[in-house]
Amino acid sequence: MAEVRLVNVVKKFKDVIAVENVNLDIKDKEFVVLVGPSGCGKTTTLRLVAGLEELTSGDIYIDERKVNDVAPKDRDIAMVFQNYALYPHMDVYNNMAFGLKLRKFPKDEIDRRVNEAAEILGIKHLLKRKPKELSGGQRQRVAVGRAIVRKPKVFLFDEPLSNLDAKLRVQMRTELSRLHKRLEATMIYVTHDQVEAMTMGDRIVVMRDGHVQQIGAPLELYDHPVNKFVAGFIGSPAMNFIDSKVIKKDSKFYVDAESFQVKIPEKFYDKVSEIEGKDVVFGIRPEDMRDKEFVSNVDPEFIIKAKVEVIEPMGAENFLYLTSGKHYFISRVDSRTKAKEDAFIELALDMEKMHLFDPKTEKAII
Amino acid sequence: MLRLGKITRFGVYTFLVIYVIIIITPFFMIFNNSFKTLREIFLKPFSLPEKFIMTNYIQAWNKANLLTAYMNSFFVSLVSVIGILIISSMLAYLISRYRFPFRRALYLFVIIGLALPARLAVIPIYVILNNLRLLDTRMGLILVYMATGISFATFLMKRFMDGIPIEVEESAMIDGATPWTIFRTIALPLTRPAMIVVGLVNFVGIWNDFFFPLIIINSRSKETVPLAISVFFGEYSNSWHLISAALSLSVLPIMIIFFLLSKYFIAGMTEGAIK
Repeated sequence: MAEVRLVNVVKKFKDVIAVENVNLDIKDKEFVVLVGPSGCGKTTTLRLVAGLEELTSGDIYIDERKVNDVAPKDRDIAMVFQNYALYPHMDVYNNMAFGLKLRKFPKDEIDRRVNEAAEILGIKHLLKRKPKELSGGQRQRVAVGRAIVRKPKVFLFDEPLSNLDAKLRVQMRTELSRLHKRLEATMIYVTHDQVEAMTMGDRIVVMRDGHVQQIGAPLELYDHPVNKFVAGFIGSPAMNFIDSKVIKKDSKFYVDAESFQVKIPEKFYDKVSEIEGKDVVFGIRPEDMRDKEFVSNVDPEFIIKAKVEVIEPMGAENFLYLTSGKHYFISRVDSRTKAKEDAFIELALDMEKMHLFDPKTEKAII
Repeated sequence: MLRLGKITRFGVYTFLVIYVIIIITPFFMIFNNSFKTLREIFLKPFSLPEKFIMTNYIQAWNKANLLTAYMNSFFVSLVSVIGILIISSMLAYLISRYRFPFRRALYLFVIIGLALPARLAVIPIYVILNNLRLLDTRMGLILVYMATGISFATFLMKRFMDGIPIEVEESAMIDGATPWTIFRTIALPLTRPAMIVVGLVNFVGIWNDFFFPLIIINSRSKETVPLAISVFFGEYSNSWHLISAALSLSVLPIMIIFFLLSKYFIAGMTEGAIK
């Protein structure tokens, strides 16, 4: 059982506010990912939970115990660092046993736990080696092993995969997810990689400039971002944003981007009627701009024309870099597409999945 | 790897060979002459000895009371070096890892000693030692060496510690280590190359120092090696054969230590530069 609760947490470094008024309830056994661009305060938040930084104000609770002034070693947490932070002068066994030795565990218990962890992580044959004799992936495993031998209440991960090559990163991602299921522990994971966040997290916390933007399950964030930042941050390629106006013609509403107009589905009429004639940012994901060739029975008012600038074949699908008037956007289409560079293509927009944002506040309207 | 052109390389090697010759010649001459009689030294100073005689060594050893001098030198050098290492490593760690008011001022105060030669302060040092009743004691000598050695030692070790990622220590902190445990089991072992450099440089410097023993030590029983050897430098004549033998003996321990530790010494000089 380990819940982590952050209440109005603020951290200032001299005059710079790194974390501002963060409130977060992490449930027992939950895998929560803090994600955001560099400098958004996610690592600082994690370090505050670890006790490596002192709170400026606010409270942090682990299992209903206020830990504001509790030393890191007494918080019953373990942390895996981006650069692994293994003890260079100790072999793998002692790296993992160090924390247990300090806590005066009996020798056979230490032995049992280290071997068990090494077994889980597949590093049993490396126990006598020094960190410098290990590859990046192996070091990463040792760092994780050092955390799990202690059986802490909460695991903290600070961008643990960003020093690995792409293939290994994907592999470790699934391994960590599996480990989470097996250990049934609460985990807080920091990353700047939205793919890691989407694939690993039970819930994602998107941060920017020290503020929490949105908290939610991966698909909730993907389908219902609360603002333009979250919409643009989650998903790759990113959501297209097109400066437009909402207009009304013959009692129907349209998104008017000057170079094209698309109809807004009726279910959104309630919301758009209030902003008729106003500037908006029209948001649509690349996969919701489909090649008309592969879609049947489309209302012609959902179709737009655009010029193909560049085609990026990804194998299973193609990314089309398109222009229409002054607007640039990306579409993700079937790889059988007949689209040619410098030619025009017709796209069927799935307007049921459209988004509208206020250009000033960047808050989501739809 | 960077590579030099042929001509440049030839130039570099030539320079290095000349440099080595310049460095080795005096050592060789002293060692060579230590096996000759005084007469032979004056007649043929550069030739190899006609026959190797060991009497110079025996005579020098006895006349200069070298056994006592060796013990004194070892005691003074070793205790000073250990003292320097203990104080500097803790000071360097504090300055490198902790944030507190006047941290920079403290660091500046420590390293300003690098710019001030201790010999300039010989009169105050003499007066202070006199007031502390430490004149003509090995302890007085040790205190002076420790005080003068700390600047360089702290500077070097702090720079070295700055290069060690702090996450390693944070990790230990989460693992349950107290600040003292972190210092002892993590920071110190990782700083070992720098400590060997500091230890070696100071040991050699203190071992060879003639100036402070000359000022502070009066009794023959407390003389260090360089001071003991000075008996062979007379007002009107120098006993070159005995001087040569005694000097050969005095550099011997340094040479041995250096050969044993040279691996670490070079590692210590370059590490931190690349990590």
